Amino acid sequence: MNLDDLAEKAEEYRARDDGITHEVRVCVAAACQSGGSLPVLEALKAECGDGGGTCKVKGVGCMGLCSAGPMVAIAPKGGTIPDSILYREVKPHDAVEVLASVGGTPVERLHTPTDQPFFARQQRIVRENSGLIDPESFTGYVAAGGYAGLIKALSEMTPGDVLREMTTSGLRGRGGGGYPTGLKWSTVAKMPADQKYVICNGDEGDPGAFMDRAVLESDPHRVLEGMAIAAYAIGATKGYVYVRAEYPLAVERMELAIRKAKRSGFLGSKIAETQFSFEVEIRLGAGAFVCGEETALMASIEGLRGQPRPRPPYPAEAGLWGYPTLINNVETFANIAPIITHGGEWFAGIGTEKSKGTKVFALAGSIRNIGLIEVPMGMSLREIIEEIGGGCPGGKAFKAVQTGGPSGGCIPAQHLDIAVDYDSLKTLGTMMGSGGMIVMDETCDMVDVARYFMEFCMSESCGKCIPCRTGTWQMHELLDRITKLEGTEKDLALLEELCEVVQATSLCGLGQSAPNPVLSTLRYFRDEYEAKLVSE
Amino acid sequence: MPPPAPQPNVRVVTLTIDGKDFSARADETVIELCRENKIPIPSLCYMDGLSIWGACRLCLVEVVGQGRLVAACSTRVAEGMNIRTNTERLQRYRRTIVELLFAERNHVCSVCVSNGHCELQWLAQKCGVDHVRVPYRQVRNEVDSSHEMFRLDHNRCILCTRCVRVCDEIEGAHTWDVMGRGSDCRVITDLARPWGESETCTGCGKCVQVCPTGALVKQGTSAGEMVKDQHFLPILARRRHAQ
Repeated sequence: MNLDDLAEKAEEYRARDDGITHEVRVCVAAACQSGGSLPVLEALKAECGDGGGTCKVKGVGCMGLCSAGPMVAIAPKGGTIPDSILYREVKPHDAVEVLASVGGTPVERLHTPTDQPFFARQQRIVRENSGLIDPESFTGYVAAGGYAGLIKALSEMTPGDVLREMTTSGLRGRGGGGYPTGLKWSTVAKMPADQKYVICNGDEGDPGAFMDRAVLESDPHRVLEGMAIAAYAIGATKGYVYVRAEYPLAVERMELAIRKAKRSGFLGSKIAETQFSFEVEIRLGAGAFVCGEETALMASIEGLRGQPRPRPPYPAEAGLWGYPTLINNVETFANIAPIITHGGEWFAGIGTEKSKGTKVFALAGSIRNIGLIEVPMGMSLREIIEEIGGGCPGGKAFKAVQTGGPSGGCIPAQHLDIAVDYDSLKTLGTMMGSGGMIVMDETCDMVDVARYFMEFCMSESCGKCIPCRTGTWQMHELLDRITKLEGTEKDLALLEELCEVVQATSLCGLGQSAPNPVLSTLRYFRDEYEAKLVSE
Repeated sequence: MPPPAPQPNVRVVTLTIDGKDFSARADETVIELCRENKIPIPSLCYMDGLSIWGACRLCLVEVVGQGRLVAACSTRVAEGMNIRTNTERLQRYRRTIVELLFAERNHVCSVCVSNGHCELQWLAQKCGVDHVRVPYRQVRNEVDSSHEMFRLDHNRCILCTRCVRVCDEIEGAHTWDVMGRGSDCRVITDLARPWGESETCTGCGKCVQVCPTGALVKQGTSAGEMVKDQHFLPILARRRHAQ
């Protein structure tokens, strides 16, 4: 199969909808489902019937503005979100009104303008198809241009070409560390081994982060396509998608996608009539945060206790069952297909000098527009929070934003103008992380925030290494005392010392970064700590 | 002319430890080289003959030019490496880690059967731990005396997993394992059944001998009476690998 055959196929799928002029898209991702989007979908389907052959109701993935769910969009066929009429908080009994507005004037009561910065300022690469296509439909993905990256790689490129394209793109791992993806891929590709593995890390566990869940729920084929391209480039034949069991919808859709891709010859043996074979299986995480750490994740896939082991050897050298393994995050894999289709140069043209492309962020906390956004790297934090996010609700003043989850730190108001990329966030003592952004307003107690994150790390510590196991407990105890107004100068000094020791000596990333929320709140809000201290 | 010498599989490297030069086989770890040359490196989970665990973090050393500290047990030597094993910073970290251990469970030496023969106690003396600055957790843990020959006291356990590894790797029984998470971790026999009821335990006692503290001891021992003998381990381990 070559690109022309695929284009023909896509055309054939698109032709099935000939005559349709408008699509009524109902978000069926987890957030909108919890708001009751499935009954809305049913009501709209029943009301629409065959839509006179010109209108079609379908379930789609996440549109981004999760706090306004259930979301319904009326779009001209093939239109994007800014092209559509968008409705918020739609109830089943709104079905008649919503359908009556197809091709006409919007229902004022439900209408959400799509020219607001939340939609207009985004640049969608990873979430290109989110909210547009039916995540459960294979034909929908192909009709939208899906699998073109994989077919291009298989029919026109050597594995070396793919690796070069990845290196040119400058893509860095979206799981948090920001390790150059091209470099990681070539390292695994260079390892001489009969067996190699590709793992997709979908064990998203940071509090307030839900980017990967939305990608898996909205566009699972995109992730599979990225994994298959990776497998081709590094010479792997087997892949695992590691998803946490707390994401049942993501698991369900991923399973369906794997089955459908296999049936259509885009996974399994002899993909697209070439000699390349690639099998994918799902593995479920049982809820341990530490299993997002790559060595613990691999232990978990192997059926062992999910605990990290010392690195080196890195997974690229000795990973799953000792074989070279490529492990990337969901969002990273979702970036691959467009890079192959449009070329690494195109991707490298987006973003900043050292951080290329776009990044999906999950806006949560005290912010008006709670949901998912995708913006080019290098956008200022102020634009993200004040313009796209709409600032803090209720006229409250912004205080800080927590990025990077329990491994990251807080950025206070005076640094809001920083351009968000991997390196700039590091200089502020926080990190990009997987993309969670928890916004806090003036009513927020920063010591309590630090205590909360330390409690999280303490209960999620696997217990293997001493500094993390008992250090997080001690730090939590000290923070607890300070928040209860029982802490002294001495306690604060001890806390700082423990932070240093745990950071420097812990075995894995969880322990090494556990003190970060404390250190960063101490850096910017030390007065809040000191105000709580009592004399001995 | 003699035939060309066969290419050795392993290269020999030279490196510097604490300002002195040493040569080592490239497949040796830093801790192996240090032990060979009598350079003291504290450790609790590492044991010659068992797999690398890398969890006690006491054997961390500084490698000049490398930002992060590395564990001597899990780091292989390399040509030109410049290692510092006992800087002021390392001493401080080690002291804190030992303090954290003492505060985690109950380690009252005076009434312990391992008093005077305990690796944790010895290490605390070496590291200069004369008091503990962090609050004690004061958790009551169980004592499992159900086994006819041995006793397990969770209060003294430091979760080094030497027992788990020796049982799995040397005895081949895998009676021991770890359950729970974080500070609630504890070693268990079989599926968290009393040790005496274990169907897999062979009663060999290797776990007791390798235990660095008074967590695993012989029945009938009183304060300070439990002396452990670990000489068997490297010998058995080497024979196992030779097979």
